[in-house]
Amino acid sequence: MIEKSAPDAQQRTRRKRSKIRLREQVMGWLFVGPFGIVFLALLIAPLAYALYLSLFQKRLIGGTSFVFLDNYVKAFTDPSFLSGSWFVVRFSLVSIPLQIVVALAMALILDAVTSMFTRFSRLMIFLPYAIPTVIGAVMWGFLYSKSFGPLADLFGLFGAAPPDFLGGNLIFYGLVNIVTWQWAGYYMIILYAALQGIDPALYEAARMDGAGKWQIALRIKIPLITPALLLILVFALIGTLQFFNEPQILRSLAAGTIGPDFTPNMYAYQQAFALANFNYGSAISFALGGIVFVGVYAFLFFTRKRRSFL
Amino acid sequence: MKKNWLSAAAAVLAATTVLAACSSGGGGGAGTAAGSGSGASNCTNTIPKKNLPVVTMWGWYPNMQLVVDNFNKQNGEVQVCWTNVGQGSDEYDKFQTAISAGTGAPDVIMIEMDRIPTFQIQNSLVDIKKYGFDAVKADYSAGAWKDVSVGEAVYGVPVDGGPMAMIYRKDLFEKYDITPPKTWAEYEQAAQKMKDAGGPAFGDFAANVSALTMALQIQKGAAPFTYDPAQQSSIGVKLNDQASKDVLDYWGRLAQKGLVGTQDQFTPEYISGVINGKYATYISAAWAPGYLTGAGVGKGEDTGKFAVAPLPQWDPANPVQVNWGGSAFSVTSQAKNPELAAKVAYGLYADKESLTHGWTNQIIFPLNLKALNDPEFVNLKVAFFDGQQANKEVYVPAANAYQGVTYSPFGQYYFDAMTKQVSALIEGSVTGAQAADRLQEDVAKYAKEQGFTVQ
Repeated sequence: MIEKSAPDAQQRTRRKRSKIRLREQVMGWLFVGPFGIVFLALLIAPLAYALYLSLFQKRLIGGTSFVFLDNYVKAFTDPSFLSGSWFVVRFSLVSIPLQIVVALAMALILDAVTSMFTRFSRLMIFLPYAIPTVIGAVMWGFLYSKSFGPLADLFGLFGAAPPDFLGGNLIFYGLVNIVTWQWAGYYMIILYAALQGIDPALYEAARMDGAGKWQIALRIKIPLITPALLLILVFALIGTLQFFNEPQILRSLAAGTIGPDFTPNMYAYQQAFALANFNYGSAISFALGGIVFVGVYAFLFFTRKRRSFL
Repeated sequence: MKKNWLSAAAAVLAATTVLAACSSGGGGGAGTAAGSGSGASNCTNTIPKKNLPVVTMWGWYPNMQLVVDNFNKQNGEVQVCWTNVGQGSDEYDKFQTAISAGTGAPDVIMIEMDRIPTFQIQNSLVDIKKYGFDAVKADYSAGAWKDVSVGEAVYGVPVDGGPMAMIYRKDLFEKYDITPPKTWAEYEQAAQKMKDAGGPAFGDFAANVSALTMALQIQKGAAPFTYDPAQQSSIGVKLNDQASKDVLDYWGRLAQKGLVGTQDQFTPEYISGVINGKYATYISAAWAPGYLTGAGVGKGEDTGKFAVAPLPQWDPANPVQVNWGGSAFSVTSQAKNPELAAKVAYGLYADKESLTHGWTNQIIFPLNLKALNDPEFVNLKVAFFDGQQANKEVYVPAANAYQGVTYSPFGQYYFDAMTKQVSALIEGSVTGAQAADRLQEDVAKYAKEQGFTVQ
């Protein structure tokens, strides 16, 4: 503090400071600007426009009319939307825990075992994530093929017919497998990074207290990476509720099994781009957004006592 | 799966698909899109006469490249910039998006005839009657014009028809001592016989080919839609009459008994099945051989294995012929110069060379009378059918006896709803009659929602 300095000197410093502050502000805006523009143009503006669209109804006969929330009322009584939503909820309940368990197991193994294969294994486990979802889905579509996939050869050895993962009974598990394959490696990297951040002194202290590898993993490692686990759980929840790419791609191989209303996102896409019903498509999107919001909020609410990243 | 953030992503996705559609060209020729539709600066084909105005065009015939090249070579007035944006629904979804956006559609588009009312009702097609209709009127039959007309207006140039027939494997028929069935009852018996002898599936009943199922229902006497475009707000929907139910029950029964497969068609799985003799028959249209050879069937070891017979009938005393597919070139309402676009629509696939290439390879079944009446076409010995005179014996009589059908202005919804019901039928969770009733309820409800009065 400069208590005794002359008033003009004080003023000068103040002016200098405000100048710096102004420059900092301008610099800040310059840095944020490009993102801000893209954010406004590609996220906020389309969202606002979609919200606006969702309040109207366009019919083949009779044209467009303002219907306020009718589309939302329709969505929440529409069996297609509800069954699709129920599907993604069930799918989340099965596939997310599976992905997390697989990712966690791999991360713990890679963290515990140090050998020349660790880096190679890490890369291989991560690799599926680097493959675009669309290509992954096409590839699995071929692997699941009953007539020329490896399954056919494998089951053929025993003279049995291969299971039809693209059929109505097994498509659920077929998709669980694809999604796990695709994302477990990505989550594994996040968890592995969190594990690397733990102070090794803790392990040493635990070992001196007589803890084995299992105990270290269960009592030290997992509790300490809980924030990372919560983070990937939220990622997985948001992503799975918006399930789209994989079923949309597999549709061309199994149109009978995967209908256009298989998941809410696909249903919105179908309404908008095949049936020209952008209004209802937008309403479904926002209704789905509501479900995702409620789902994620509920999840965070129930886990808020733990150390959370939010 | 991740990151498609609600409708924002959907909107971006739509934009990128349209953009991707426009720029999917590989062949280098950058068309100077003078007087052409927006966003189509890349063409799959090379445009030879760069000083002429260009008309953009979407289509998916297997030999489109050759046809476009022929047209551009011969025409001194306009050049075509062609893009293949996908087959069937893929193309229609893009067109639908472009219609809603008000921009991005090509000048000329290939459309299957059953979709013309869908796009016409949205005012996205141009009546081309005033742009040279009289000059080509005599080239097509009255029936062909009827399929592309709505009332007095003409919304497309008929190009390709889909008279249906039964393609079958000669080797399998011989091996299991089966003669081509003439009726559907015989078809079922033959299927049973083949199965009892340990043979493969006799055919395929797929959920993803609603147009085929509809054609088979029409053959039995169903009339799914009654629709007078002059009175657009009223439509008759009758998807659960006895004929429709009977046909679904028939195929549902064959599928349940394992006499036919239930594999989705147009998939690698199905094609490989056709190649490997997993299906003894393929109930399909005249364009099927071109589609199969394009996928590698009928060549090499497969040569000479296929033959074709007329479509089995319900009542051989009163045979009914039906169509699957069949397409036209339409001018879109986004065309910058509709007159030039109409010239392209009328002129594509009208020259001798293109027509000949189309029918010698059985890629298109021409509707142009210049080809249909050509003895060379009629008497052609089709290589795919091991030299059988398929046109003379099967396809031309089928095409001549075809009566035409009334299509609905919500074709996509109807076909999707049908796919859903047929899928349930294949699984065995509904009977054919139940499937038809549910389909009726579903489609009638949709029609009402869309503002139609349903009769």
